[in-house]
Formats: sequence, C-alpha cells, structure tokens
Amino acid sequence: MHRFAVLAKQTAASSGCKGPGSCRNGRRDVALRCIASLAAEKQHRQRFTQLTRSGREGLVRWNSAAKASAVKISEKTSREKILTLESMNPQVKAVEYAVRGPIVLKAGEIEKELRKGIKKPFTEVIKANIGDAHAMGQQPITFLRQVVALCTYPNLLDSPSFPEDSKKRARRILQGCGGNSLGSYSASQGVNCIREDVAAYIERRDGGVPADPDNIYLTTGASDGIFTILKILVSGGGKSRTGVMIPIPQYPLYSAAISELDAIQVNYYLDEENCWALDVNELRRSLNEAKAYCNPKVLCIINPGNPTGQVQSRKCIEDVIHFAWEEQLFLLADEVYQDNVYSEECQFHSFKKVLYEMGPEYYNNVELASFHSTSKGYMGECGYRGGYMEVINLHPEIKGQLVKLLSVRLCPPVSGQAAMDIVVNPPVPGEESYKQFIKDHQPTLTMTESHHHLKNAIERAFERSFAVLFQMDKCSPHKGYSRHP
Amino acid sequence: MHRFAVLAKQTAASSGCKGPGSCRNGRRDVALRCIASLAAEKQHRQRFTQLTRSGREGLVRWNSAAKASAVKISEKTSREKILTLESMNPQVKAVEYAVRGPIVLKAGEIEKELRKGIKKPFTEVIKANIGDAHAMGQQPITFLRQVVALCTYPNLLDSPSFPEDSKKRARRILQGCGRKSLGSYSASQGVNCIREDVAAYIERRDGGVPADPDNIYLTTGASDGIFTILKILVSGGGKSRTGVMIPIPQYPLYSAAISELDAIQVNYYLDEENCWALDVNELRRSLNEAKAYCNPKVLCIINPGNPTGQVQSRKCIEDVIHFAWEEQLFLLADEVYQDNVYSEECQFHSFKKVLYEMGPEYYNNVELASFHSTSKGYMGECGYRGGYMEVINLHPEIKGQLVKLLSVRLCPPVSGQAAMDIVVNPPVPGEESYKQFIKEKESVLNNLAQKAKLTEDMFNKVPGIHCNPLQGAMYAFPRIFIPSKAIEAAKAHKMAPDLFYCMKLLEETGICVVPGSGFGQREGSYHFRMTILPPVEKLKIVLEKVKDFHIQFLEEYA
Repeated sequence: MHRFAVLAKQTAASSGCKGPGSCRNGRRDVALRCIASLAAEKQHRQRFTQLTRSGREGLVRWNSAAKASAVKISEKTSREKILTLESMNPQVKAVEYAVRGPIVLKAGEIEKELRKGIKKPFTEVIKANIGDAHAMGQQPITFLRQVVALCTYPNLLDSPSFPEDSKKRARRILQGCGGNSLGSYSASQGVNCIREDVAAYIERRDGGVPADPDNIYLTTGASDGIFTILKILVSGGGKSRTGVMIPIPQYPLYSAAISELDAIQVNYYLDEENCWALDVNELRRSLNEAKAYCNPKVLCIINPGNPTGQVQSRKCIEDVIHFAWEEQLFLLADEVYQDNVYSEECQFHSFKKVLYEMGPEYYNNVELASFHSTSKGYMGECGYRGGYMEVINLHPEIKGQLVKLLSVRLCPPVSGQAAMDIVVNPPVPGEESYKQFIKDHQPTLTMTESHHHLKNAIERAFERSFAVLFQMDKCSPHKGYSRHP
Repeated sequence: MHRFAVLAKQTAASSGCKGPGSCRNGRRDVALRCIASLAAEKQHRQRFTQLTRSGREGLVRWNSAAKASAVKISEKTSREKILTLESMNPQVKAVEYAVRGPIVLKAGEIEKELRKGIKKPFTEVIKANIGDAHAMGQQPITFLRQVVALCTYPNLLDSPSFPEDSKKRARRILQGCGRKSLGSYSASQGVNCIREDVAAYIERRDGGVPADPDNIYLTTGASDGIFTILKILVSGGGKSRTGVMIPIPQYPLYSAAISELDAIQVNYYLDEENCWALDVNELRRSLNEAKAYCNPKVLCIINPGNPTGQVQSRKCIEDVIHFAWEEQLFLLADEVYQDNVYSEECQFHSFKKVLYEMGPEYYNNVELASFHSTSKGYMGECGYRGGYMEVINLHPEIKGQLVKLLSVRLCPPVSGQAAMDIVVNPPVPGEESYKQFIKEKESVLNNLAQKAKLTEDMFNKVPGIHCNPLQGAMYAFPRIFIPSKAIEAAKAHKMAPDLFYCMKLLEETGICVVPGSGFGQREGSYHFRMTILPPVEKLKIVLEKVKDFHIQFLEEYA
C-alpha cells in the first residue's frame, strides 16, 4: 500500500488538482474523499483476503458485503465518468434507430408489467415492430436447417435420417472451409464456393445476365454490406461532404448509418398517393436542392420498399438508372425483399438485370451495389446474419480497399454463409428434398384466404393511426403487399 | 427510347457538359460516344428481346455476345468512376491490416500457381499468419458442436445419439430465442439466458467477484465489441481529438479501428528485454507526450499479449489500473487469450477481478470494458463470430447509447451466441459429456503448451533469432537480425526490411508469417509473427525450414 501513502501525501499537499489533464475533474473535496476511501479500501481489502481464505462460504458473504458497500460508497465517491453523453462520439449520439427505439423499449416495459400481473386492456404485446419471421411463428425451412446442422456436426453425415441432397450440399460447403470446419475463418469476402453459388443464383434470377463470383461479397446480414459500402463512399468536408439520397419513408438503417458516418442525408419522398411510387422528378428536385449544401454522390433505393411495401415497375427502375447515369450517382439497391412480392400485378426486377438490358453505356458505367439477405424472403433466417452484396463497375483499386476493410473484421459468420448458400442453392426438381422444400415454402409465400383476412384486419386497425413503425407486410406469416396508413 | 433522343439532342447542343455537378466528368467526346453507344444499345436491346423469346439457348448466346461487347465497348466508353482512391473515405484508405495484408495476398497467388502445376521449392503454402485453429487441423470440441447442431435442427432433440446434457443446454438456449428458433433476431445485447451464463462464468473465473448480466453484451467476435466501444469513445477535433493508447507491438485491429474512426493512435512500447512486460513508466511517458497533440482518453491492454504472448503479473495489472484511475483513462482489456496460458510461473488475472480487489475507490470509478471470444482458447471457433464484452462503471446513459448503436446492426449471429454459451457453460463433473469434454480440452491446451516451448527453444537455437518465452496466446514473435545489405535490398524493392524477409521466406519455403512492421516495433528492430497452431510434426518442419532459411539469408546478405 506504499503507493497509496505517497498519493495521499501528494493530494493533501496539492490544492486538489495536480495539473491540467492529469486530474481533469479533480477538486479538493474529491481528493480528500479519495484518501478516505483509500483507507477504507485498505481495510476492505484485508477483509477480502481473509474471506477468500475461508473459502466459498466466505466468498458468498464477501459478495453481499461488496454489493452493499458498492452502493454505499458509490454515492460518496463516484467521480465524473470519462464516457458521458457530453464526451461521447457526437455522430453516434445523433444516430436514431426507430425499429428498436423508444417504442420498443416501452413495449418491453409493458411486457414486464403484464408479467407482474398489472392489468391492461390487452393480455400480450404483439411485436410487429420488426421483420422477425421466426419470432412470429414461421417455421424454418427444413432443408436449410438440415444442411447447416450437418455442417455444424459432420458426424451426422453418417446418419440415415438426413436426405442425400442435404449431405451433398453440406459436403460442398465444408470442402470450401479451412480444415473442413465452420469454425475456421473464411476469406474476408466469403467462402469461395458459396460466392459461386450466389453468382449462379443471380444469373438464373436475371434470366442469364452474367454474374461474376469475384463481384460477390458475403456479409453479416445485408445491413453490414450497406454500411460497409456507405463507409467507403463518404468523404469531403463542408459543402463537399458526401450526400446520400434516401427514400422517405426509409428503413432507418440508412439514416442511422448516415449519422454515424457523418454524411449528409438527402431525402426524396415516395408518392403515397400513387402507391408509394418513386418519381424521378422528385429525385431531381431533391438532388438539385442538395447540391447547394453537399456533394450528393449516392442514391439508395429500397425495392420492394421497406416500410412502404411498393414494388417498382421496370419503367421506374430504368428511369432511376438513367438518372444515376446522368447525374453520376453511385447506386445502392436494397433488394432484400426480392422474394416477397405478392401482388399479382407486380413483379420483382433486379437493378442489375435492368442495368444490363439498358445496354453497354449503362452496364459499363453505372456503379451499383445490390444487397440480399437470409433474413427475409420465405426463409426468414434473421438470427444467422447471412447476406451478400454484388458490386458492378467497382474500380479495381476500390475492390482492394473493400477487401482490406472487410478483413479487419475477419469474416462474416460462416454458419450464416452456409445458410445463404441454401437460400441461393435450394433443392431442385428431381432432388430428394424438393417436395418437402416446396411444401415448407409455399405456405409462407402464398396469400391464403386467412392471410387476406388478417391483412385486412391490420389495415382497418391502422385506419386512424399514424403508426409508421409498423411493417406487417415484411415480418409476419401473413405477408402481403399491403399499404398502411 | 424517347428519352435518349432528347438526350442526344441536348448533348449535341451543349458543349459537352451541362453544368457543375450534373455531369462532373463530362467532355464533348464522351457525350458523343454516349450517343453512339445509346444507338448501339437500342439495337442490342432489340436483339436481346428476340433472344429471350427464343429461350435458354438464346440466353447462352446473349451471354457470350454481351461479354464480348462489354469488353469492346468498355474500352471505348468507360467514364471516370464515382468511387476511386481519390474520392473514397480517406480514413478507410488509411486503414492497414497486416494479418490479412500483402503477404497473405501473395500467399494466395502462390497457392494458385501451385494448383496450376507451377514448380516451387515446396508443395504447399503453410498459413501461419493467422490464429485459425481449425484450419490448422485442430478438431472442434464435440460438445459445443452437438449443442449448436441441436439448436440448428431441433428434430435432433429426439435422436438417441446425442447425450442428454447437450440436449439440456440446447433446450435452454432455444427457450431464450424468439419462438425457439436460432433464426429469430435476438435482443441487440444478446440472448438473455446466454448473458446470464456469461455472468456466472465470470463470477466463477474471478473467485466470486459479482458479475451482472446487464453489463454483458454479446458481440460478433471480440473485434466487433472492441470496435463498438472505441466508436462510442471517439470525439473532439484538433488537439482535443480522442487519443487511444495501444501497446506496440499490437494486434492490428486496434490501429485499423483507430484509423477508421479518425482517432489518434498513442503508442506505448512493451519491453522486449523484459519478456514484453508492460511498464507503467512507459505508459506515463507515452501519455504525457500525447497530451501535447490530443486528448488521450482510452488505454488498451492485450493480456495475454498478441502478438507478444506475455502474461501480465497481478502487480502489473494493479499498476495499470491505478494509472488509469489516476489519469482518468477508460480501460479496454482484450482478454481473448485468457484460456491460453502455458508458462507455469504465469497465471491469468482478469482486469475485472483485480479491479474489485483493489477496493471501492477503484471498482466504483474505473470504467472498464473487457472482451472475450469463441475464436481462441481451446475451442478455436473463429467462424462462428461469437464473443462478449463486460462493461464496468459505464454511465447509464451511455449504456442506452450502446444498445442503440448495437441495435442498428440488429444482433450478433445467434449461432455464435450459442457457441459462446458452451464456452462459458461447458459440461461439469458428473455430467455425461464431462469426460470427453475435459479430454478434448486438455489435449488441445497441453498440445499448445508443448508447441509454445518447442517454438521458443528452436528459435533460440538459430543464430540471429531471439525469441521471448511464449507465456500465453498462440504466437511466437521472434526478433530477427537483418543484415544491412538486406535492408538496402529491401529499400530497393520499396519494402520494409521485415516484409522483404517474410516475402522471401514465403517464396522460398511456402511459409506465410506476418512481418513485425504490421504490429509495430521499436525503430531498427525486426520481427515476425507466426502461429504455433500447426500440428507438432508439421510445426517442427516449419521451424526447421525457418532456421535453414534464416541461416541462408544471413549468408546471402553478409
């Protein structure tokens, strides 16, 4: 305890603060209280030493003693914290994320109250705040889980209760993993053979438009990919700070990422009167106004829309791509709901496909990153944090920078990569599991009569409210293309 | 195609650029070429429409046609990119991450060449650059994988081939997940019951010092937690910009995160002459110098050390905590190698435990975040990206900010959380799986201890190599003598001398290690980091090869 004696002397001699920086919040009374508590601490420590000697029973006693004394002493001596709302990163402070924001915290409180038996005009909280399919009771796709389980515990490869096609998929994935283990780090860009499967999926989806596995980056959910690309894009200061155009209403990941990166949010409004359609004139208005105060460089599109649920027409996408080409905007296409199109008049068109079909001037120039995920669609595997992004026309040097940036976080979760593989490489006709797969996946995507009922009920319930947070169409088993007030 | 006609007219009429911003890189010739290619594109599109009608065969033809034309046309019309090295985020550009840096890219190239049949003086590349246990052949812990498999595919809960204790764990984890599915998002802070298990583990580890599940945050590997806490901490501009004190040599996640967050890196040097020990006088020197140009607010400690492998003494940790208390520094304790202590004189002491034992003035005030992971220890489950952090004395408002920040990324991977649960809640004596578990765990750890000693001994027999004892972690960080002629040769290649050395080592032996410059080292000293994870027999061969290479290198540049 020699150090404390010296310290006590020093503090007593000084006028409370030893100099700038070394004792930023030092005040004489604080210092004196410190000395008092150091003495108390010495006693306390001796007591603790005795207690540890007396074994486990002693420890239990020490625990409660420590807890009690912690409460008492913290009132007396707690200094000002280093990390406070005032001293913290102001960009982080500015972040808002409504999907898990105050209303969700309140919902948690109400749940606790209900558990305590406090009476409410309802008996349970229905969490329609987030697109969390399994939490709403949707069953996982059997085949996907079989393959991931086989990869997790390869002893099961000998089990007769797993179908051969699931074993084949699992063997292929494991072959791509270091030491044939999901526990090895993968390449930062993702497991090679899974990126190949993603590329093949995109080619099938887009009617043959070529996709290059080198342009595929597996990610920790789509959020991670979106965030990473935005991070690379943001630069400049003052009026040349990067502006990011986002739809309003938007999915708040975008505004949160923009805050965190200290970029400039540039709003363009979707047309509620017109099924939340995107209008290029509104894009142009928004862009022209933004040029006065920032350098708008990125255009984010969410299609199908979150929270608005609209599905963009081919014409609309062409217009957007032309606009991005004309105005030199980097395109971000958030297409995580690509499998969730229910309206018979609508069809999903990927930005990539439309870009290619618009011809070489576009597909050789427009820089595009598009995103997909395991979390939505018919699989709803949110917890696996699987996802990918495809980049088009990315400068080769930027690809290097991207891999470098990703490598700092080592790699996306490999089990999530495996789940992504099954999303892009599901059973095909003729394979053993095909029937079961179709059976699993139909009830999720088909709008049955009861789904319609439920959907109508939700729409009625919302008629007089302004609950912009709710996104029933994306989350629950009764998915549907629906417009909410 | 009406739009294109209008555009063509406009562009032809204008002098190539329609105004600031709207056509930043516009030039007349580019615009004219655009029009030409738009016309070509129209034709192309019509052709495509026909082809799609003719079905799959047509598509194949279109593909090759498109590929061919893409190549041709891209030469003609490619505009300047929006996102370039010049226009990108300069903080991201400044990031360096040596563990997966140029040497690893080179290793990848060599592997490709080997696969093509190109002859080399070796037949395989040995990636000793990264602590990736399973990739080096270490077997997963059976129990951990059983539980995660059960959680993944709960039908297996009826299978007689899984032990009851693994099923019990799996049921408990699933109970904590939304509708009992690993596929549901968890709370952003992590699954409740797993945080409870983590807290119980910390209490056991720390001899009864209390741990509160509310202070536990599950993370996507430890890196994610470290990054998140640093992100919240960084603020200010100019001389008041946050300074982050890190050891040199360091694990390059720290320098990379500091670059990315535009914080100020403040180096303190570990004492190589003294088994890489941390000296508080050096901390003080570093801090005082840093105060002239930034606001040093954070002190990062890696214990056991990466890449240096030292294990801090209790006395050292007390000194550090006292220093942090005195100087009002936020402490980050990277303790991911807490299970990897090999030296018999050494013992792991957690910062949390020592903090508590130093008494209320410390444990009520010092702000501490400590980190753990599924990736290291005896389990080596890197791919699951499991981890946790425990925070002490975090301001309640900051806890709110932290949860908010985490919630933007929704949640850490739930399968990684499940893996973390088994790391903190393994089979106990009396349980069915205990015997096998303890056998597997001890086999891995004994093996690592043996390899730590072997590596130290073999390196120290080589003239011009000096290696401190590997007290813990998974790496050797030997000091290598590089002759001045080799330093000149490196300069001629525009390489750091140790990068030059490691590149030559890779090219001549196929062994991939990371140069010390990627971790930081005292000016004029050179090192490399090598994992000790390869199986013993292979490790012996690796060490022999390094020895032969080094001797030859010394001769070549004598």
